[in-house]
Amino acid sequence: MRVLGIETSCDETGVAVYDTKQGLLGHALYSQTDIHAQYGGVVPELASRDHIRKLIPLIKTLLNESHTKPDEIDGIAYTAGPGLVGALLVGAAVGRSLAWTWQVPAIGVHHLEGHLLAAMLEEPAPSFPFLALLVSGGHTQLVEVAEIGKYIILGESVDDAAGEAFDKTAKLLGLGYPGGPALARLAEQGNPDAFNFPRPMTQRPGLDFSFSGLKTHVLTTWRAQTQNKQTRADIARAFEDAVIDTLAIKCRRALKQSGLTRLIIAGGVGANQRLRSRLGELAKEMSVSVYYPRPIFCTDNGAMIAYAGAIRLETGQSEPLAFNAYPRWPINELNYSVS
Amino acid sequence: MKLLVIDTATEACSCALYLDGEIQDRYVIAPRQHTSLILPMADELLAEAGLKPTQLEGIAFGCGPGSFTGLRIACGVVQGIAFAADIPVAPISSLAALAQATYTKYGAVKVLAAIDARMHEVYWGRYKIDDKDIMRCESKEIVCAPNDISLPSEGQWYGVGTGWATYAENLKAKLGKMVQDYQGKTYPQASAMIPLALAAFQEGKIVSAEDALPVYLRNKVVQTRS
Repeated sequence: MRVLGIETSCDETGVAVYDTKQGLLGHALYSQTDIHAQYGGVVPELASRDHIRKLIPLIKTLLNESHTKPDEIDGIAYTAGPGLVGALLVGAAVGRSLAWTWQVPAIGVHHLEGHLLAAMLEEPAPSFPFLALLVSGGHTQLVEVAEIGKYIILGESVDDAAGEAFDKTAKLLGLGYPGGPALARLAEQGNPDAFNFPRPMTQRPGLDFSFSGLKTHVLTTWRAQTQNKQTRADIARAFEDAVIDTLAIKCRRALKQSGLTRLIIAGGVGANQRLRSRLGELAKEMSVSVYYPRPIFCTDNGAMIAYAGAIRLETGQSEPLAFNAYPRWPINELNYSVS
Repeated sequence: MKLLVIDTATEACSCALYLDGEIQDRYVIAPRQHTSLILPMADELLAEAGLKPTQLEGIAFGCGPGSFTGLRIACGVVQGIAFAADIPVAPISSLAALAQATYTKYGAVKVLAAIDARMHEVYWGRYKIDDKDIMRCESKEIVCAPNDISLPSEGQWYGVGTGWATYAENLKAKLGKMVQDYQGKTYPQASAMIPLALAAFQEGKIVSAEDALPVYLRNKVVQTRS
């Protein structure tokens, strides 16, 4: 089965063709970052306006580059939520009507299921069950993936997502938007012993996270210091260390509690190299295997939506002609069986 | 010609199928239900006519002005159909659709179309019928405060659209005796767009799927500190 996947939940327009026999045949991505940078964050109305300009041209490019003819497409998958409702509706409207016109089934995919299964696009792909650490600008969750279609949230952020904390902290330090990656680069020049920031919620039991306090900690530290280049790098380092350490502590705890032996890192922050090497060390120490999607499939993309959609379409699931978008949609509400 | 028309620009949701002179349509006022209604409507019309979507020869849609999300629902659906069926698109103004319907229904030849744009503004356009019975915009369509509308120079004009329901007093005060009558509770409708769409196809005012885009009129959507 060959599926066209469409992702428009936030500020990236992503499309891909996935074939259940041949694997990923192609993917294309357009990022709106430059449009939103001047406003210091994603402006939902501008995001929607850009998706509707870019989606069809991107699909055209994709079909050309992946040598896929329209009549070879057996199904359409679009992100139905969670995300920005106006942005989601663009992908849903285009995706559902493409499917109607071509008379093939369509499926509304859960954005986070896409992220959780993104590692399945890599060689070797993990087998089930596994523990997934999902860290992005919108989410920080530890999810037990029992099998495809069965997702149990073990812990999640009670306030800011890890990626959000990166971006907000970068803004405080004057690194612009989106500053997460810039903050990570700056941290490389920081002295790891200059400051020691708290590891939130690690002293009590449980697998939930909280990152908004760290951001305040950065602000008070920055204000109390001589604000020079080195201090900025030192604070960036201390902040990144605190986030990575916190994520690692909770991963260790979750692996221990669940007895799972495979760890998957997904989401935009999963592209952070120091997080990857830290979790790599943890995995080695605990004798568990660790899997990462390639960096471009950590951030939002169409390939993970095409993959998750193909799996669900193959089980016979599909959407009626009435389509919708679900800005809030807990992943544990998704529950289906592939067998 | 086999032409499908859809509109979700306002509280109304409608779809019409034109088959070489015959028109079938669906129309409901259903705020926030457009995504549930629009494709089932189109599917029903095509099924009744024994047509497949790929047998359509053209498609038209209400491109705005109107609700931003509403415009993108129709636009996204139309882009998908037009791309998948490889057919051209005629984008039709919501204000022109109101004017054309007013001509069909009341014989009004000069129409002042106004859609409530929220934020104390209206989407505004002045329309006159031409010798082919097609409503043409006399000036630019604009978004403005009801007191800042562009005025016609003379004559008797028929007001139409939700702008007239919300701001009747302001508009009448500005226009005085030029207002012949008005209908406030009126929404754009796909079936009324058919003459406009046929004219657009005849005149070559058509675009490909990727160039079928909403016309928002209101383009300042970010509040920035001055």
